[in-house]
Amino acid sequence: MAETIDLKLHVWRQKGPSDPGKFEDYSQYAKGISTHASFLEFLDVVNERLVLANQEPIVFDHDCREGICGMCGIVINGEPHGPQKATTTCQLHMRTFRNGEELWVEPWRAAAFPVIRDLSVDRSAFDRIIQAGGYITARAGAAPDANAIPIPKRLADEAMDAATCIGCGACVAACPNASASLFMAAKIGHLNTLPQGQAERDKRTLAMVAQHEREGFGACSNHYLCEAACPKEISVQWIARMNRDLLKAAMTYKPEPQRAGGDG
Amino acid sequence: MLKAEPLPLLATGIGKKAVVAITGLVLYGFVFVHALGNLQVFLGREAIKAYRESLHSFPKALWGARAVLLVCLLTHVTLTIDIAAKARAARTTRYKVSAPIAEQGILQRYARKTMVLSGPILLVYIMFHLAHLTAGVVPGLPFKAGEVYDNLVRGFQNPMVAGLYIVANLLLGLHLYHGGVALFQTLGLRHPQWDAHTRHAAFLVTAVVTATNVIIPTTIAAGLIRQ
Repeated sequence: MAETIDLKLHVWRQKGPSDPGKFEDYSQYAKGISTHASFLEFLDVVNERLVLANQEPIVFDHDCREGICGMCGIVINGEPHGPQKATTTCQLHMRTFRNGEELWVEPWRAAAFPVIRDLSVDRSAFDRIIQAGGYITARAGAAPDANAIPIPKRLADEAMDAATCIGCGACVAACPNASASLFMAAKIGHLNTLPQGQAERDKRTLAMVAQHEREGFGACSNHYLCEAACPKEISVQWIARMNRDLLKAAMTYKPEPQRAGGDG
Repeated sequence: MLKAEPLPLLATGIGKKAVVAITGLVLYGFVFVHALGNLQVFLGREAIKAYRESLHSFPKALWGARAVLLVCLLTHVTLTIDIAAKARAARTTRYKVSAPIAEQGILQRYARKTMVLSGPILLVYIMFHLAHLTAGVVPGLPFKAGEVYDNLVRGFQNPMVAGLYIVANLLLGLHLYHGGVALFQTLGLRHPQWDAHTRHAAFLVTAVVTATNVIIPTTIAAGLIRQ
């Protein structure tokens, strides 16, 4: 395998949310790239060369660079996080690409994820969905004993499968309807599977689904491209569970009575 | 922007889709029974005529069923248009390169991709089908009220009409297959233990409906059933 490769690189440049944006050809800055570099390191190299050529570097999101923070996320040739399954952009290596391969690099595309600049999008809609979910009732004070609440191993494992969601937004980017169903389903399912999540279960499910709607994400149309794009391989089974939880909650939920509390 | 109040079920995509799934299931059931009933054309002129007359001997039930089906169809279509319009607004830009990221079977892939296409085409087909064999108002196609067998045979002897029915029913097959699998997901009735069974059941029912609906116009157009 060649130690370095040359790429035909097209990058989406956009000055701000209201700028229409366009692709720029940066092939001249994408030569002699080490196959051991990660995709973000590749963009770092391109940026250094852009700066030396007195051009604006490409803006992209990144943080931990070890695949767990959910900050990075770029669409490479139409695939969120690039062609490798179950891999975030930062963990994608340049050896995945052939010498001379053409790359079209774009931001997540969704009305609810406006572009801030270049490849960086505003994902605060996700934060508001989480916020809408609210708190879980938990005893304050010293940390409880590890096994104080009995949880079957199977349920703990299932909840963990959902909790691996890093909130990167690849599901929205992959979805033809820009639906955040997989993200929302993972977050709702994670708590709804565990005993700690039962007290506010219906309220949380209803509130998070409502916020998803208000943010302007589309509805799921069962294409399952989200599952294919998810770097954490979260299953669309969670969407089915969320649907079941929402339908049940909508039919049975009664709001808490609003009464003045005591002096406490 | 942030509000904690829940929305009414029908204001959420999940709620709308649940209604689309339930109305779809009603229409699915109708299509299945309708196809099996139509098989009586192979028993001859008298059998299918007797079948028609037995249905028409309960006019209240007949019109009640028609009303339910019409309401289901209109709800199914209206909500789908609404969901599709929201989806279009949610994703306004397409990617430069479209990549086949989901690895799915070719039939399933094709079925879900053509859902947007098969829906409107089926709607037109249903209107034509009702005009042709229920109301009998299609110009150029002779129609005699109550003479099911003659109407059917004369209609399908026209290769254009038979072709239209065959193409529309193949699309209906794809629509039913995708819908039959998807409705379990939409209503949250999935479990890893049942998944294969529901998919096989959807395939089997769809295969029976599609085969029946394709065989009838094909055999007539090929001249195997005559007046």
